[in-house]
Amino acid sequence: MAHHVLDMPTGEAEIRALRIGDTVTLRRWLFGIRDATLIHMFDRDRRTRLDLDGHAVIHTAPNVHRVPVSNEAPVGFAPFCIGTTTSMRMERFTDALMEREGVRLIVGKGGMGPATLDAFARRGGAYLAIVGGAAALETTWIETIVDVDLDDLHPESLWQFAIRDFGPLLVGMDAHGGSLFADVQRDVAARRDAVIASLEDAR
Amino acid sequence: MDLDIREFEEVCRDLYVRALKILPPDIKAGFADLQRAETSATGRAILDTMVENVAVAERTKNILCQDTGIPIYNVVIGADVRFDGAALKAAIRRGCERATKEFSLRSSVVHPITRKNEQTSCGIRVPIIHVDFDDRPETVAVEMIPKGSGSENGSFLQMLLPSDGIGAAKRFVIDRVIELGGRVCPPTIVGVGLGGTSDLCMHLAKVAATRPLRSVCSDPEGARIEAELSRAVNELGIGPQGLGGRSTSFAVHVELAATHITQNPVAVNIQCHSARRARATFTPGGIAFE
Repeated sequence: MAHHVLDMPTGEAEIRALRIGDTVTLRRWLFGIRDATLIHMFDRDRRTRLDLDGHAVIHTAPNVHRVPVSNEAPVGFAPFCIGTTTSMRMERFTDALMEREGVRLIVGKGGMGPATLDAFARRGGAYLAIVGGAAALETTWIETIVDVDLDDLHPESLWQFAIRDFGPLLVGMDAHGGSLFADVQRDVAARRDAVIASLEDAR
Repeated sequence: MDLDIREFEEVCRDLYVRALKILPPDIKAGFADLQRAETSATGRAILDTMVENVAVAERTKNILCQDTGIPIYNVVIGADVRFDGAALKAAIRRGCERATKEFSLRSSVVHPITRKNEQTSCGIRVPIIHVDFDDRPETVAVEMIPKGSGSENGSFLQMLLPSDGIGAAKRFVIDRVIELGGRVCPPTIVGVGLGGTSDLCMHLAKVAATRPLRSVCSDPEGARIEAELSRAVNELGIGPQGLGGRSTSFAVHVELAATHITQNPVAVNIQCHSARRARATFTPGGIAFE
């Protein structure tokens, strides 16, 4: 179980070195993305001017304050509460996100499925699990909102965050077919019948 | 007692923000119980992070989770209260809109077809308002629930048959909890509705999911199933965030309604670990928040 500090953007070799159970701290940049952002980018073929190549995206739609543009708030938004949403809803976009935009890491909660695991193995990607719902804490890891695109989708825009040490995050899925979520699901499936058998009238 | 509508609007605004910021004390106690019982190192680390988040939210006066939810207001009006029902509904909506704008909350509500976000946390039939009546004299109780989507997406209804028995309902609950895994932000409260019609059954599951921890179903048969399912879900090993461990749920809560001779409905609704809700009670003596 190694700990990795990754300055973003990063390359394929760094990502292929990650193994499930390792921990990661991200530095410099992180991009916020979610349902509507992905639907517009891929189902409606909208392009972003932001460069995601080699970067990490986090599944989020933030709470923000509108403030005057300044060095601290280059696009007039200050982070107020930024947390992470359920990743599984966005399963069908992982391959396109990696192929077209060059994304390497997904930060999310709850894990993702076989299509994502397959895309990670082919293209060199990983899933970093964050504690969902722990948004007040997560917000303290974010310095500023430096850019935003697809603003008409607010708050489901594409957000660029400047981050200080963001993590530690747990490598939940890696580029070698490993998934902590799938491992737990297998264990749970193996226990299912015994749990059912322990219930009155339920066998 | 005359209900002061202006004051009522202020309270509806404040309750939204209070619910987002302050974790109810029963849930805090529930975390302490789970921390003591958790055997998985990952599970313990995740529970510790969740508890730390509550402390950070208090210290930084931030909201607990970024998901401001779909706003639900449950109002119970006692005997001897004079009020204008239309004004009461309008006051709830204004309070909800004002909370969103004045506190810069993310509006998480969109039109179901166009997906347009009005940035007010309101829309067609939203906020969701339930009004009920009871015989407490001169009392109005308002409960505000910002229902987050990660857990609300973990909702299920099955119209089982009488011949399937209660056992099928129990299997349904266990299988849905397995299916949801980590995506509903466990540890959860699993709300289960049994009986009624399809709409009532689903509603009961939500009532059960948002009931305080350590409260018990008023029907002894329901209470027995609660205890049995509470034990069972934590033997599955899903754990906090679906990464393994004992702490899959704080509890399973069950609410019942009588049903039709040909029906056997069961519903599941999940409350995530950021189990937010806030209450205020109006009496002639003033307003009490809890």
